Amino acid sequence: MIIDVYNKLTILSDSAKYDVACTSSGVDRKGKFGSIGSAAKAGICHSFSADGRCISLLKVLMTNVCIFDCKYCVNRVSNDIVRVAFTPHELAELTINFYRRNYIEGLFLSSGVIKSPNHTTEQLIKALELLRSVYHFNGYIHVKAIPGADSELITRLGLLADRMSINIELPSQESLTLLAPNKTKESILRPMGLITAKIQENCTDLVKYRHASKFVPAGQSTQLIVGATPDTDHKILTLTEGLYKKYHLKRVFFSAYMPVAENSLLPSMDTKPPLLREHRLYQADWLLRFYGFEAKELLDEQNPNFNLQVDPKCNWALNHLEKFPLEINKAPFEMLLRVPGIGVTSAQRILTARRSGPIDFSGLKKIGVVLKRAQYFITCKGKIIDGLKVTSDGTIRALMADQYKLPSPYPEQLSFFNEPLITREDVQQCLTGQI
Amino acid sequence: MLDGTDLIYAYDGSFEGLMCCVFESYQRKEIPNIIRPPSVQETLFDRAKWIETDEQKADRVYNSIPMKISSQAQELVKLGFLTCDPHKEVLIFRFLRLGFKHGGKVMMMLTDDTVSSLQKAVRHLTSECHKFKGFVRFSVYGEALVAVIEPKNYVLPLLSPHFCDRYRNDRFMIYDKTHGMALIFQSQKAELIFVEELTLPDVDSAELEYRRLWKQFYKTIAIEGRNNPRCRMTFMPKRYWNQMTEFDEIVGLAQWQVGETGAKEPQTSLCTLDAQSTYKISPD
Ligand code: SF4
Repeated sequence: MIIDVYNKLTILSDSAKYDVACTSSGVDRKGKFGSIGSAAKAGICHSFSADGRCISLLKVLMTNVCIFDCKYCVNRVSNDIVRVAFTPHELAELTINFYRRNYIEGLFLSSGVIKSPNHTTEQLIKALELLRSVYHFNGYIHVKAIPGADSELITRLGLLADRMSINIELPSQESLTLLAPNKTKESILRPMGLITAKIQENCTDLVKYRHASKFVPAGQSTQLIVGATPDTDHKILTLTEGLYKKYHLKRVFFSAYMPVAENSLLPSMDTKPPLLREHRLYQADWLLRFYGFEAKELLDEQNPNFNLQVDPKCNWALNHLEKFPLEINKAPFEMLLRVPGIGVTSAQRILTARRSGPIDFSGLKKIGVVLKRAQYFITCKGKIIDGLKVTSDGTIRALMADQYKLPSPYPEQLSFFNEPLITREDVQQCLTGQI
Repeated sequence: MLDGTDLIYAYDGSFEGLMCCVFESYQRKEIPNIIRPPSVQETLFDRAKWIETDEQKADRVYNSIPMKISSQAQELVKLGFLTCDPHKEVLIFRFLRLGFKHGGKVMMMLTDDTVSSLQKAVRHLTSECHKFKGFVRFSVYGEALVAVIEPKNYVLPLLSPHFCDRYRNDRFMIYDKTHGMALIFQSQKAELIFVEELTLPDVDSAELEYRRLWKQFYKTIAIEGRNNPRCRMTFMPKRYWNQMTEFDEIVGLAQWQVGETGAKEPQTSLCTLDAQSTYKISPD
């Protein structure tokens, strides 16, 4: 029996691994008497795999059986592979036993489309109901909404989960028609819109009736594949911005395309995943969400793709040298955020420190500002840093290039370890992140 | 006021003791430049001044912090004491002197050496604590969960609320090998006790099976084409690997061999955490 679970786990986690979302953030939930588990708003990474990605959730498919034929996916119906499925019971046992040993923060459950989108959703509901009400699991659950499923089923599923996602994967209708013939923009955006509406409805309900059950309290996310199609960064970033604004998504994830199938419509099998491009998109996404940037400030029709040498924020600064240098002791928060080498935390610290007296360069260093980068863009008490000679814009550009350092695929993890301001609450919850 | 170039205080290593050092300094109008816990060896010629711990004096100092400085400052001092900074005593001492002088403003003096060093030490503590919320690995022994950690900072008091809340129907123990302390949670009560060493019995087949499943999941979930060991090392430095299930083959140190330097006699059972004989407790 248990051998069987071992093989299922191998197959069903192997085919789930291309979904990059593994965060367990977005909701704080205390433990309950009679239940096991809790949730921490900042999210908790339980391990890091050999590819450097955070492992937070038990990420598996319910089944890899699929009636759809998405060209970029290992589970597509036309692919000749072994098909297996977890029973709800097996899945619950696995989750609880991993959770008790503190291997994981919860479950990320996805599935191939078995029989129909509705049938699949019913299976997911069954599994989560067992886990929540029979096993009394109170930890984090991220569940995938299946494109094309009925609203009523999606609503039921959402009441069992903390986060829901429905992956857009391909950033345009043309790419979708070509590579995911069974999916339409409509079949993806309708459930996404429904989830958004339910979350908002639920917020008002919760104000009205304190005991209304929570509908995906940690919000909604999605994923876009980068590099499988000719779509530009500009297109991807504009779509991302739209998703945050229109659908209030919590996160948009990017996944550098890993060739899994030989197909004339897709990049060839020996194509390397565009990791640096993916990284630039994450950096830009960060700028949209926390730094007050708009997509159109970063890219446009003339420059539709990110500069691979220089990060997007730095690139913006270099193109707007007329706004610099900035006086550290006077600049408003929004402008401090635009200085390369100053992050959200250091900008907050600068504001704090300014209240006790003027700041000089050595003070900035103690605050955690990366002077190596920031020095070209700032003055302290009206002076530029000692010994700095800037001959031309080109020199700065060269100095700021980050030389193809292969970055972490999860820039958001950095925020966990960035140094936050210590507040009483932070300390109590032991948070070191501030998502 | 003496400049205190040579003044050394020695105290009993307790938080109250440190507060008494602050009291003494104000009362005698003197400033020590070293404050030494008992664990640090004295050098041949130093003549440290022994500061007796007195609950009342300690309370007076401690309670005056939120009044004269701020409650955030009190929190910072409490946390500062849990850090592994070798100079934490002097840092806390100087921070408090600064605070008593400047009031609540001290928390904004981020460019001051003492303030920034103390905050940095505390950030190291809280970030290590955050990591351990994820990296702690329990093994199941009968009804009880047992984990071993080797943290640099004394993180157990900060980990306690998190794990007690999460596993409120379980019984568990987290043994901090570095500090010789254990957090024990049973019947809804958490306790921190001294534990010199810990010897655990063999695990059962179900435990072994779940370890095997977890290790397989860990291997499978990595995408080969994105291999990035440097990045993994940044987020999860090797020093954590020793006690993590997914690395027990790589590190060659199984979790259940904790007591390798300690008692070799086979212990019977740790399935009941209340049986004190299963681990040694020294009321140090
Ligand atoms: S529906 Fe999902 S599992 Fe099925 S082929 Fe498409 S991407 Fe793969």
